[in-house]
Amino acid sequence: MSEELLAHYRQMQLIRRVEEEAARAYLAGKIGGFLHLYIGQEAVAVGSESAIRKTDWMIQTYRDHGHALVRGTSARAIMAELFGKDTGVSRGLGGSMHMFDAEHRFLGGHGIVGGHIALGSGAAFRCKYLKTEEVVLCFFGDGATPIGGFHEGLTLAAIWKLPIVFVCENNHYSMGTPMERTNPTSDVTLKGAGYGMATDRFEGHDVEVVVERMKAAVARARRGEGPTLVEILTYRFRGHSMSDPGKYRTADEVEEMKRTRDPVKIARERLLARGVAEEALATIDAAIEAEVADAVAFAESAPPATAEQMRQTVLAPSVAYPPRFDGAHAPFTVDAAPQADAQQGGR
Amino acid sequence: MRELTYRDALNEAIAEEMVRDPNVFLMGEEVGYYQGAYKVTRGLIEKFGPERVIDTPIAESGFAGVGVGAAMTGLRPIIEFMTWNFSFVAIDQIINSAAKMLQMSAGQFKIPIVFRGPNATARQVGSQHSHSVDAVYANFPGLYVVYPSTARDAKGLLKMAIRDDNPVVFLEGETLYGQKGEVPDADADEVIEFGKARIAREGKDVTVVTWGRPYVGVLEVAHELEAEGISCEVIDPRTLRPLDHGTIIESVKKTNRCVVVHEHWPYGGPGAEIVDRVQREAFDHLDSPVLRATNLDVPMPYAVGLENEVIVSKDRIKQTILKSLYKS
Repeated sequence: MSEELLAHYRQMQLIRRVEEEAARAYLAGKIGGFLHLYIGQEAVAVGSESAIRKTDWMIQTYRDHGHALVRGTSARAIMAELFGKDTGVSRGLGGSMHMFDAEHRFLGGHGIVGGHIALGSGAAFRCKYLKTEEVVLCFFGDGATPIGGFHEGLTLAAIWKLPIVFVCENNHYSMGTPMERTNPTSDVTLKGAGYGMATDRFEGHDVEVVVERMKAAVARARRGEGPTLVEILTYRFRGHSMSDPGKYRTADEVEEMKRTRDPVKIARERLLARGVAEEALATIDAAIEAEVADAVAFAESAPPATAEQMRQTVLAPSVAYPPRFDGAHAPFTVDAAPQADAQQGGR
Repeated sequence: MRELTYRDALNEAIAEEMVRDPNVFLMGEEVGYYQGAYKVTRGLIEKFGPERVIDTPIAESGFAGVGVGAAMTGLRPIIEFMTWNFSFVAIDQIINSAAKMLQMSAGQFKIPIVFRGPNATARQVGSQHSHSVDAVYANFPGLYVVYPSTARDAKGLLKMAIRDDNPVVFLEGETLYGQKGEVPDADADEVIEFGKARIAREGKDVTVVTWGRPYVGVLEVAHELEAEGISCEVIDPRTLRPLDHGTIIESVKKTNRCVVVHEHWPYGGPGAEIVDRVQREAFDHLDSPVLRATNLDVPMPYAVGLENEVIVSKDRIKQTILKSLYKS
């Protein structure tokens, strides 16, 4: 199994290095807004991707760089998106929280906690409606489990036996508030009982464990037996976002987790124990360094996001009614007046 | 042409589009076996089965979100809110998910979805069931906001809404469901383009722009004023976003006066937007200030006497028109 674990190691290391460089660029003022890093949780996305097919779907909350990468979005497209460039995966219109990749069936990163959970159920509804064999993985944090969107999304999926796996990445903190102050129980899967839903709960620092456990939930969905609520215990090594000083947890706690539960380190040590040569890992690491450096250089030199693309994607062109609307779509013709005002600095 | 109620015109639009496109499905509370809380969806579950006419639990945020997720991945959902008042618990899905998805994803994920249901006041249903939400939803780019006032428009605009690739907020006047009007035969397949206002009545003295429930009252008032020698041109925008301000401006240039009549509260909204555009684009043509007749700026009371005072009445419409003509 070293071959597969090597591939997982490579992906986890790539996520980590892309994000470390993103953090550096953020501090240099090249990335704006919010930047939520996934560092420490990489085994969850990598292991989950390994449990599904390329024709399956994934949807995630705003901590989405790792999920886009495992789906197949390039490091270049992710970095360029963070830099607000036209060559970004969402052409600079989405940013860190809104990576979308239709080609790789990544239904995006979403910024309203709990809001995307019903969207995942909707994608699964489509899979069932069209009688495909595809399944949906829907990720969210422990912080999303008290909000209504979680309960409604799970309820509908359970009633209709939709082919979806709900994956709670429990990193123990809802932004800066520990789970014991945000949830009445420490075990998220207890909530699954309310929906008559199959559940699973395990530590997700070891990517091989994630793969095996996720495969079972995915198979259940694919067999038409309905959704599973999976709680994966994980830990984020960085702050909630770049502006988080992290005063709600001790440095000792973070250091202890890094020492004992770092998914990249665990995979690396296991590979060495299984006889993979140190040089082989060094070769992989060097290739990743080159890929990340290339992504940063690509993002730096890429053209900025364009006003043209922004305008064209407010509404899709009408295909419904012949003849088509003339030229630019309705909001920029019929509603031309307020647009002109906005350019003059508002009314 | 034959006569249909606004309700049955909507029903026909849904049925015809479901026949035309197997990816169109209908979802909402009581839309199936119950035959629809307002009977708009009557008979559809028998015609199309429970796989395409889907009863939901009372979970507006959930099923609105399911609709958006299904639309992202290629289906064409029609999501019914039992009334638009209930959409407020689902507004995150309508705004943050549906309206913004196309741009957030740089055009990768279209959201061909129709959110529809009865809107605005009915009869003594109280504060939480009387809201006209057009002012809320018309504020957001990325949505179409459609509000038919006649049976014919209801059918043609709903067919357009279902075929369009964008999210549509489709507002049905709750008091209009029983209104009858001429509707083209089914084989005419009439689809009405968005952003085209309809001149409901030609006139020369004052332009009256209206939609929804007051549309009926405005036409009655226009008829009464004709006997007094006042000629009203009545314009129904049909879609509030996009707004066909061109038709309105052209009319005002002819009549030199403008009154806007609507049910949403007077603070902001499409009513104020129309006034703003008229004063900017037809300023030199105006002989009097642009006026509005609207519901009063209070939450809706229950008592019938008070409700009648709050809802924009024929008398208030008439007085406002006369005021714009300096005749009251």
